[in-house]
Amino acid sequence: MQHVSPIREPLVTGGKTYHDITEDVCRQVEAGPNPRWAAGLAVALVGLAIFIYSVYRTLWFGIGEWGLNRTVGWAWDITNFVWWVGIGHAGTLISAILLLFRQKWRTSINRAAEAMTIFAVICAAMFPVLHMGRPWLAYWVLPLPNTFGSLWVNFNSPLLWDVFAISTYFSVSLVFWYIGLIPDFATIRDRATGPIARRAYAVLSMGWTGSAKAWSRYETVSLILAGLATPLVLSVHTIVSMDFATSVIPGWHTTIFPPYFVAGAIFSGFAMVLTLMIITRKLFHLEDYITLEHVESMNKVIILTGSIVGVAYTTEFFIAWYSGVEYEQYAFINRATGPYWWAYWSMMTCNVITPQLFWFRRIRRSLVLTFIISIFVNIGMWFERFVIIVTSLHRDYLPSSWAMFSPTIIDVGIYVGTIGLFFTLFLLFCKFFPVVNMAEVKAILKSSSEVTHTPANTMHGTDKGLNTTNPEHRDE
Amino acid sequence: MQDRIKYWRGIEELENTPEFAKHAHNEFPEFLPVKETSAESSLGGKTKRRDFLKLMGFSVAAVSLASCEAPVRKAIPYLNKPADVEPGVANWYASTYYQNGNYNSILVKTREGRPIKIEPNPMSTLTPYGTSPGAQASVLGVYDHNRLRTPLIGGKEAQWQQVDNEIASRLGNVTGKVAFVSSTIISPSTKQLINEFGSRFGNFEHVTYDANSASGLLSANGGTVPGYDFSQAQVIVSINADFLGTWIAPIPFAKQYIQNRKVSAENPTMSKHYQFETHYSLTGANADIRVPIRPSEEAAVITALYNGITGQGGGGEVPAAAADAMAAAITELRASQGRALVVAGSNDPGTQAMVTAINRALGAEGTTIDTNAPFYTKQGNDADMIRLIREMNAGTVGAVFFYNSNPVYDHPLAAEVVSGLERVPLKVSFSDRVEETSQLADFITPDHHYLESWNDNEPRRGFLSLTQPTISPIFLTRQMQDSLLTWSGSNTNYYEYIRNNWRKVATGDFNQFWEQAVHDGVVENGTTMLTVNNTFTAASPVAKPVSAAAIEAVLYEKVGIGTGDGVNNPWLQEMGDPISKATWGNYVAMPRSMAVEMEIVQGDVLLVTLANGTSMELPALMQPGQANGTVGIAIGYGRKSDMMPVANGLGANAYPAATVVDNTVLYTGPVTLEKTGATSPIAQLQTHHTIMDRLVVQENTLAKYKENPKEVTEYIRIATHEGPAKPATISLWDDYEYKNHHWGMVVDLNSCIGCGACSVSCHIENNVPVVGKAEVLNRRDMHWMRIDRYYSAVEHEEKDYATMEDPADNPSVIFQPMMCQHCNHAPCETVCPVAATMHSSEGMNQMAYNRCVGTRYCANNCPYKVRRFNWFAYFNNDKFATENYMMNNDLGKMVLNPDVTVRARGVMEKCSFCVQRVQLAKLEAKRENRRPRDGEAVSACAQSCPTEAIVFGDMKDPNSRISQILYREQGERAFHVLEELNTQPNVTYLTKIRNLA
Repeated sequence: MQHVSPIREPLVTGGKTYHDITEDVCRQVEAGPNPRWAAGLAVALVGLAIFIYSVYRTLWFGIGEWGLNRTVGWAWDITNFVWWVGIGHAGTLISAILLLFRQKWRTSINRAAEAMTIFAVICAAMFPVLHMGRPWLAYWVLPLPNTFGSLWVNFNSPLLWDVFAISTYFSVSLVFWYIGLIPDFATIRDRATGPIARRAYAVLSMGWTGSAKAWSRYETVSLILAGLATPLVLSVHTIVSMDFATSVIPGWHTTIFPPYFVAGAIFSGFAMVLTLMIITRKLFHLEDYITLEHVESMNKVIILTGSIVGVAYTTEFFIAWYSGVEYEQYAFINRATGPYWWAYWSMMTCNVITPQLFWFRRIRRSLVLTFIISIFVNIGMWFERFVIIVTSLHRDYLPSSWAMFSPTIIDVGIYVGTIGLFFTLFLLFCKFFPVVNMAEVKAILKSSSEVTHTPANTMHGTDKGLNTTNPEHRDE
Repeated sequence: MQDRIKYWRGIEELENTPEFAKHAHNEFPEFLPVKETSAESSLGGKTKRRDFLKLMGFSVAAVSLASCEAPVRKAIPYLNKPADVEPGVANWYASTYYQNGNYNSILVKTREGRPIKIEPNPMSTLTPYGTSPGAQASVLGVYDHNRLRTPLIGGKEAQWQQVDNEIASRLGNVTGKVAFVSSTIISPSTKQLINEFGSRFGNFEHVTYDANSASGLLSANGGTVPGYDFSQAQVIVSINADFLGTWIAPIPFAKQYIQNRKVSAENPTMSKHYQFETHYSLTGANADIRVPIRPSEEAAVITALYNGITGQGGGGEVPAAAADAMAAAITELRASQGRALVVAGSNDPGTQAMVTAINRALGAEGTTIDTNAPFYTKQGNDADMIRLIREMNAGTVGAVFFYNSNPVYDHPLAAEVVSGLERVPLKVSFSDRVEETSQLADFITPDHHYLESWNDNEPRRGFLSLTQPTISPIFLTRQMQDSLLTWSGSNTNYYEYIRNNWRKVATGDFNQFWEQAVHDGVVENGTTMLTVNNTFTAASPVAKPVSAAAIEAVLYEKVGIGTGDGVNNPWLQEMGDPISKATWGNYVAMPRSMAVEMEIVQGDVLLVTLANGTSMELPALMQPGQANGTVGIAIGYGRKSDMMPVANGLGANAYPAATVVDNTVLYTGPVTLEKTGATSPIAQLQTHHTIMDRLVVQENTLAKYKENPKEVTEYIRIATHEGPAKPATISLWDDYEYKNHHWGMVVDLNSCIGCGACSVSCHIENNVPVVGKAEVLNRRDMHWMRIDRYYSAVEHEEKDYATMEDPADNPSVIFQPMMCQHCNHAPCETVCPVAATMHSSEGMNQMAYNRCVGTRYCANNCPYKVRRFNWFAYFNNDKFATENYMMNNDLGKMVLNPDVTVRARGVMEKCSFCVQRVQLAKLEAKRENRRPRDGEAVSACAQSCPTEAIVFGDMKDPNSRISQILYREQGERAFHVLEELNTQPNVTYLTKIRNLA
């Protein structure tokens, strides 16, 4: 008797065999550049050039090139920083937490999501350095032994906690991602025809043999790293939120920030994963691996986290009223009705209202609508950080210091530029690295592919003999 | 045959060894390592290609490294150390600042022979503490690289010898009148010298006129300014007289005024101050009751006052809005016979005559007016100047000298001055630069800066002071008086001239007396030297050139900029107007109601057309409290001189808007306003003007204070399970322990008049950069200390936040000096990742500039927003070369305080409590093996405050002034700003008390 799950839909469609998976994923790496990919890279490189120019202006002339002033000391810089860090979160969540929870649907998207994490953290890490008045002394935030006397970092400062949180997060994510890549690099190495490719992938695969022992160690290391990365999903944005939560500025000084920031980070991260995956699956014909099932699962996470964020926004208002602190009350009234009301309402619309559309299954499974909403969420989450940072600072305690912030072309250039940097890295990754984790997708093929639901097909093409070894099909 | 003489080039040639002979015909007979170095060459040497590349590489690297060497900075040591100059030790010289009415007895701090700071001279009874912003900033003038470096003949550089010869010969043949035009001169010797110089000529006149004239006041009071004594007055009524900011002698007046404004629980009395004025002035901001009136209503108001006080009826023309205040003022004035004073700023002799009569009726003469000690700080006579202009145009003037005067710029009849000057054969200007008038002169013989000059002064009868040089003349300038002496053919120099002149004042041995006088800077033995014989025609009211429907413009002086003297000084530009907080330029200040009616918003450029048809373009500024139907325009702007690059292009010249009626200059006139469609943003230091119902600055009424001084200040209490508690008593933190000193500051809001001297003083003392208009517009001013100005009005109903943002139409003003609060629990200290800002063992919050990486987290987390970031390099940066020339020009840099670091780009800075001064005081005490005395360590702001509103000192010393104030005011007026945040500041404020019921 064949067991067919009545609920779960297959995670791999199109009747793929092990060989098909290898072919489909390696095709991008082995074939010549796809013209659409090349066009995308060209656009991304323009963005990168804008980034380099804006950074040059900032480093050569000073932070005065930005729109900051004596009242608003952080604006787009830290907004972008938090936004990028938040985006990174989905990658870790997908690969680590979902691995621990044995969510099989993660296998086809975790590679790209992790890559996104790493590139997003690279973009994010630009800002803490660039926003410094003297970035050439950025290494002073590290507790390095030095000859300056008994100079040491200030462990009370949340910015220092940030340094540790971000650097830990980046290193763990990088190692986790790379370990996952090794078997796939080995596959590409074995298939490579050109000498350069073979050498390069041989180095990258670090002598992977594919022996049972190697696989066993691979599994163990993945699990350990997943265990290490899981608390980071929660800790990184918690600590980022403490930059604000531990301050005295009304609108920043809020105990709700750590969970609210983590939820927001996952929210924005999933939106960014969706934005990227919808493009990637189209561009590289990976529809059979990244299915509507995947999209729908991620959309469900978006409803959940989007609602948490919405509740957090409401709670902030309630607490401002309930606390009886006039400064805090004003800070929130000012957000909604002050000179930056448009930023606040953009945030509310994009983050709270639009994701609720995903309650409809039809919208959840519509690629076009999902793509549009994911962009909305990305925009909304950028505005959330802008609202928190700028509208709290621009009117804090003493009305004499109240001021407005308006960005300069360099502010815009740096932001657009990091998007260029991100896509440059991501597109290079798509071309030269396997975007889908072949090894792990193959591992779920038996249990979750379309093949398992259609007895007529086999996973190994014409080779039916192997099928008998599959316990689930023994009764055929 | 003679033997052949043999010449040889070396011993080798003489000996002519075979080896030598072999090489003798080669170009280089000696061994050259050419072959060894060029292996690949055809020479086939031994050096390998790699060695060659190594050598090349090394050479290239060495050459490029050599070019990377740090630039050589020259430090030139003294070969012979001058007497009294100890490197690193400041010398102080008593001197005097006087500029267009603004008098200050000062001490000049010099370091290594250069004056770097002006402080008040405590030996002067006229200005014992505090300076005006203008006096503070005047030290920069000596290092102004735009001053003329040589005399000019017809605009070309010349030698003094040549100038002297030409002027002497042309003066010898002069026909017609010789006129010497100056602004008010308070120097007895200078006046005498000018008269002696003129006595050679048959027809000589010394014409004195002031750009902002007090001619009307003088004519109603026998040629001098009455000896006002605000300290004796219990009731003060001022009609358009800004006596604390710009009128007559603001610093002495502020000192007098504040004596009756300070309150304490033991003596809860203060004077009552009514202000009827058009423009919102600094004095109006300090008044208990301020009533806006139009200039055309001024005469009616004074008439009503006169009638009310003399008991005659029929002063019914008072505008309705002013009626209540007028009635109250009359009642109080009448009740305070002999303790009341009325002053008016009008230049109309008729109006002033009435004010004199009012004061006489109030018994002010001999009480609130010291009839024996009139002020000499304004002596200008409008009629004389206007007559001279007519004479010049008539061609009867043969020579004219301009000293401290610039009528082509600042006289309402400037066009006539220009046409008149064309008919004057000899025009000499003593101006230190080419400006509007001096560019028309045949000769410019630049005068010294006052810090390079000797002079004497008598600002008030019986009060003498000396000006002494503190640096050798920087350029080839010559003091005006020495020029006159030279042209008179005298051999004495001006220093000797003054000394001779002062012999008649001296008591006892002259040399001893003189030494003492120079040392003290002031002599107050009652002798008077200055003769003022100002003759005016009988005071009579002049017709007001205004119809009721027209918009009336009033011209006013900005504190700091004055009549235009301060306009080229970046510190004064960046200080901003005390009320509008606008920097770098003038504007049309208009009431909001009028602006709404005319659909004008702030920053709209208006075409201001004057009665005579000329016009100027200026942006509009919303000024609450400006009388309806009027606009205020500041004088001093609209300069067009290349030698005033700081002021060039800022604003427009408002002097043409003054009107001349019956030989009197009235600083008001009808205008029409028209929108041009253009906009020009106004750079304000503060863009939000109301307090938003917050408890950051506290005020209360005198009635309440008398009732119970413990109830005038609102204290915030935090609810705990043990009941309400003082925020400072509940804390998660351990408190710092201060074993030795605990520095603190008290700011008495009742004494602060908001003049801004402290802010300028702070800039100078601490090398704070000036950033210029564009950066002020970006809200990036660098003021370590600012004066927050809030508009407020008594509210009867609760308003929503949006309504609260607009100030009332005639609001009161409260000033709050705001600087780093040096919190004991400082929010900035915890957040710095590199510990660049930390707490000292003496309670100061310190910045280690060279540790700062510039995250700006500290500034964000500062609830007082007092931290300032170096957005750019403000030094050696062409972008700031004009505005911040004291950090970008070799000469300008001389003014920098060598005790304070100039901060690098990307570094945070803020008020340090003048830690360098505290450190100096401690070192001095340590050297003498004693404790520092109270008052030895004093911050720059406290020292320059003309009303002693700021007190700095050691709170650990129970006998210090600050400890006693804190002890006395605890629970009464002492409060901390934002106490509920538990930042525990070391700066305490004292609640402002207004004399209201």
